[in-house]
Amino acid sequence: MTATAATARQRAIAAPAARNPWAIAARRLWRNRIAMAALVLFGLIVAVSLAAPLYAHDIAHVNPFVNNLNGTTVVNGHTVPIMQQGGGVLKLGENPIGPTWDIQHYFLGADNLGRDVATRLLYGGRSSLEIGIGSALICCVIATVVALIAGFFGGVTDALLSRLMDLIWAFPVYLLAISISTVLLTRANGMQLGPLHLVAGSLWLPTLIIAFIYVPYVYRPVRGQVLSVVNREYVEAAIAQGASNLRLIFSEILPNVVSVVIVLFPLMIATNILTESALSFLSIGVQPPSASWGTIISDGQQLLYTRPWVSLAPGIMIVLTVLSLNVLGDGVRDALDPRAKVRGRVTAGQAAAVGGPGQFSTASVPDVPEVPDR
Amino acid sequence: MTGFILRRTLWTVLVMFVITLLVFVIFFKTPGIDPARSLAGRNPSPQVLAEIRHQFGLDRPFPVQYLVMMKKLFVTRDLVSYSNQGQQVFPEIVAAAPATLSLVFGAAVIWVVAAIGMGVAAAVLRGTIFDPLLMIIALIGISMPVFWLGEVANLITQSKLHGTPLFSWVPPLGYTPLTQNPVLWFEGLIIPWITLSVLYIGLYARVLRASLIEIGNEDYVRTARAKGLTEQRVLIRHTLRTSMITFVSLFGLDFGVLVGGGALLAEVVFGIHGVGYLTYQSLSNLDLPVIMATVVYGAFFIVLANTLIDVAYAWLDPQVRIS
Repeated sequence: MTATAATARQRAIAAPAARNPWAIAARRLWRNRIAMAALVLFGLIVAVSLAAPLYAHDIAHVNPFVNNLNGTTVVNGHTVPIMQQGGGVLKLGENPIGPTWDIQHYFLGADNLGRDVATRLLYGGRSSLEIGIGSALICCVIATVVALIAGFFGGVTDALLSRLMDLIWAFPVYLLAISISTVLLTRANGMQLGPLHLVAGSLWLPTLIIAFIYVPYVYRPVRGQVLSVVNREYVEAAIAQGASNLRLIFSEILPNVVSVVIVLFPLMIATNILTESALSFLSIGVQPPSASWGTIISDGQQLLYTRPWVSLAPGIMIVLTVLSLNVLGDGVRDALDPRAKVRGRVTAGQAAAVGGPGQFSTASVPDVPEVPDR
Repeated sequence: MTGFILRRTLWTVLVMFVITLLVFVIFFKTPGIDPARSLAGRNPSPQVLAEIRHQFGLDRPFPVQYLVMMKKLFVTRDLVSYSNQGQQVFPEIVAAAPATLSLVFGAAVIWVVAAIGMGVAAAVLRGTIFDPLLMIIALIGISMPVFWLGEVANLITQSKLHGTPLFSWVPPLGYTPLTQNPVLWFEGLIIPWITLSVLYIGLYARVLRASLIEIGNEDYVRTARAKGLTEQRVLIRHTLRTSMITFVSLFGLDFGVLVGGGALLAEVVFGIHGVGYLTYQSLSNLDLPVIMATVVYGAFFIVLANTLIDVAYAWLDPQVRIS
């Protein structure tokens, strides 16, 4: 008797929890083994990158931002110079030391300036992840706010904001990024942007540029969702209760569109990391002496045939990170919305986005139609 | 249809105007930037600065400056690069175009064929292990930065395995014009073509698979099956045909973007001196006139290409015209 009562109570407690859509989604994601593996991989990459200063200070004992052309390191108990004479294809000039595969001494070798590649790789990961995650956050917040305003007020407001987004959309993404970056780079002493003072080498510059160029890509699907929610009964009920516009937007509509943003978020991080790496590779992203995966690949270009690991390692990191985010993004979408609300046929306009960045990934285009298995 | 074309053309003109305005504001009006100094390249002499101020009408009002720039870009086309001893920009871009076109055309052929093969295979083999396997390969393809993939390709074909018969035919990096030596043109472009197409193969295969599966559930496909058509015929005549609408419009846009300068990264890695490479060189010495020209011309090309695709699309699909 008591046992049955207890079970009944347990069931009563468990049932509402299970009916909560977020809990259902979380459980679905949890059961998706591939997506969870991707999440673990991404978490590992983040953790390792965050540990960069620890590694530099306590294990490798190097400063990855200072040239070390005359330094030495230890290989198999022998002290050897970091820049070796007679390297390269022609056996002339200097060549940085290659990978020692010794975690304490230049694990992945040195770059052209004698800096420890492994340590730079970790610091580079920090920059790349900071820019990727930061710009995805900023981009999603701006896009969501604009989409809420446009969808809620409708009419002229919606028309104006949507046309504005279309205009940014029509401008080829990488050309926009190149224009903004080059001009901002010609300023040695940084710039004042509202309350924010941007130093020339600041990570904020690429972050803001990338966040800005992708706003329309998030705006479109979110606005679509706002429009489909704005006339629902519960919104009308709230209006009847005399709710203010702010309350309507933030406590009635926002919770019902936020799933779209959550689905897009990991995909945006992936896209942004690829964009950042491309900009940095072109020397208009992260500025020296800071490192990012893109700049390290670019540094390694001259050493490609003699010391390939300088370029290979950061590329592998990018692929692993972006792949894990793409897989995770797919998983989140399936979990939150098995019938894939976010999808939609790729129309001409959306396709512009797909093709938009050219090389900078279309990878994670939110609108790739994906059909649930039936 | 006429109404649609008219509306679309007006929009195109507006977009082009805003693009030029935006480029103008970015290059000339960013707060705290002296446009003469940026245009002049590194360490300009006072004479050059004065000449630029006069030439671009920088001492005159805003609209005049804008018009002067437009005239230089589109009418007289006499923008010169100051970093490069007064080299004219326009002829340089025209000379670089064939390399870019060769690269993008070849890659496009590869990616269309491969993506159709992969997408159809995945959709047909649904339920077997091959479908997820193909899709994971596609996902890896779209997760790789093209410039890095290019470096890996170079490492293998130019250095590590260049001595083996497998890759000994690969010529050194660089571009040979088709008219000069067609064989060398082809051999030199194979690796760049494949590298550039990987991303698009992955992307298009995913899109195509999804669309094939979605369309496979439509009533008319069921009807086709019900009346006894073979699976092969249903696939080719019914599902694949409808999927091609999306595929083709996507293709047009990506192609436009790549020709408009999107092939930049591949051009840089493989030393193909096309339009993108020109932009890259100008980036490294901050040669703003060249960057400005390639950006504006590239953007115009892309916007025009998009307009043409939309019109073609509307012509094929009446539903589009109405909205």
